[in-house]
Amino acid sequence: MTFEYNFAFIDENAKKEIRRKLLKAIAIPGHQVPFASRELPIARGWGTGGLQITMAIIGPEDVLKVIDQGCDGSVNAVNLRKLISKTTGVRTTFETHKATIIQTRHRIPEVPMKEGQILVFQVPLPEPLRLVEPSEAETRRMHSEKDYSRLWVTLYEDIVKWGSISIGASYPCKVNGHYVMSPSPIPKWDIYKLHQSECLYLFGAGREKRIYAVPPYTDVEPLQFADKPFEVESFEGLCCCRCGAVDAYLDEIYDEETGCKYHVCSDTGYCDSRLGGLERNGL
Amino acid sequence: MDCDKLILKVNNLSKKFGKGCSQCEKLTGPEHNSNVCPKCGTVVALQDISFELYQGEILGIVGESGSGKSSLVQCLYFDQEASHGEAYLCCFDNGLSNILKAPESKKRFIRNHMMGMVYQNSVRGLRLNVTSGGNIAEKLLSADMFHFESIRARGKELLGKTEIPLYYMDEMPKRLSGGMQQRVQIAKALANNPPLLLLDEVTTGLDVSVQAKVLDLIKSLQQDLNISMIVVSHDLGVIRLLTNRTIVLKNGRIVEKGLTDQVLEDPQHAYAQLLVHSML
Repeated sequence: MTFEYNFAFIDENAKKEIRRKLLKAIAIPGHQVPFASRELPIARGWGTGGLQITMAIIGPEDVLKVIDQGCDGSVNAVNLRKLISKTTGVRTTFETHKATIIQTRHRIPEVPMKEGQILVFQVPLPEPLRLVEPSEAETRRMHSEKDYSRLWVTLYEDIVKWGSISIGASYPCKVNGHYVMSPSPIPKWDIYKLHQSECLYLFGAGREKRIYAVPPYTDVEPLQFADKPFEVESFEGLCCCRCGAVDAYLDEIYDEETGCKYHVCSDTGYCDSRLGGLERNGL
Repeated sequence: MDCDKLILKVNNLSKKFGKGCSQCEKLTGPEHNSNVCPKCGTVVALQDISFELYQGEILGIVGESGSGKSSLVQCLYFDQEASHGEAYLCCFDNGLSNILKAPESKKRFIRNHMMGMVYQNSVRGLRLNVTSGGNIAEKLLSADMFHFESIRARGKELLGKTEIPLYYMDEMPKRLSGGMQQRVQIAKALANNPPLLLLDEVTTGLDVSVQAKVLDLIKSLQQDLNISMIVVSHDLGVIRLLTNRTIVLKNGRIVEKGLTDQVLEDPQHAYAQLLVHSML
């Protein structure tokens, strides 16, 4: 028995709807646009938002890269890459600069992305205000009136309690001077890459049925007090044990047998390219 | 509006709960001893309320429960939408535009920058799971003050003024006593130095010693900072102590207004007489 799928799995009308919502999202940077999230062969919460955006915008000429926490080889990335390439036949790559579309879970590649490239985020929780306000009607009102004081209070309380803001990933950012958005759980390290970038950023939350975007050359600033500047993770004195990089976001790996801690680039494509593309990180 | 003397002017403010009919206004009021329209069941909470508030003045609003006291201040603070009427605030657009018809974003601006509200129940005015300092910070942050140390300093200053020990600054109000919660609420309401403060039954439910402290505080705030206030209370002792002028409400209508001593010593309207003479 053979199955015939449409190009990129979902039907053309569904793609059209998603593209229309994407246009709206790009026109209103940082604003969450509701969309009709479709059923897919993977469960909601496993990257279906990003997947639907990728499928709606991909064409036969595109070159695809899929990463999960920076890694091309982890289960989620491999599954999504296989699904998209099997249903479209597009070429795939591990190298950031060769890709036209990169779908990502929780990282932005280290190599700066250029004009014409698109980074698609898989977003678990699109609403930065959800922690302080459970009602959707109320959070929409708060966004429309730029009423973010309660979000700011959580930052204030954090500093009072811990001496600094304790948010690790998903640090709230103000986009284009109006909407506060959740940048998806990327580390603080990646936040500055959103600001005035050359590429287009698209965010898809499949379970929550929301799409939002940061167009190229848009201001994105992390929320910060005038006297408590935003700080990214520091890896001072550390380097990648594979490629020796000191300018990349590092993952800590604990070796149970020896009890040692190693650090390694979270962006495997970047790490491989520094090693001359010889090692393939197990792929 | 004369902005040299006045801070607030309210014209024909009305608030109805329900559909309303042509008979509502005629069939309700003190003469019918009811504010529920017998024709359509609409509750006429306020009808044709007009008054002025002068700079630095404390105006008292008294009346039985259900007479519309709280609805009046809540309409002015935009917690409820007035059905009809106008209100002019001298610090907003030089008192030229009706704040009740301002767009939502402007209303929020007025609330955050020009008004403070203290509710009878501190649950309404405070977030009990956010520290006292955080509650004050919220008011400052909503008025675009984004300097952490200045927010802390202002918080300390206000808690000092309201006589809350500073070690309670980083404590949640749910762990404080009712009287302290009320004073934290006053500190929050004062955070942005609002020219207009609305106090809704601030001392009800507090024991007398705390009551005296809160009243002292309000009086000194008015004298030191020249803040204009509207004080809603059914406690005539509070009204006598705090206010210069008083309005008596009954069934959503003003039945008497005048200097506080005049109203309390020589009430004219039958209901005002009843109210004054019911005082224990």
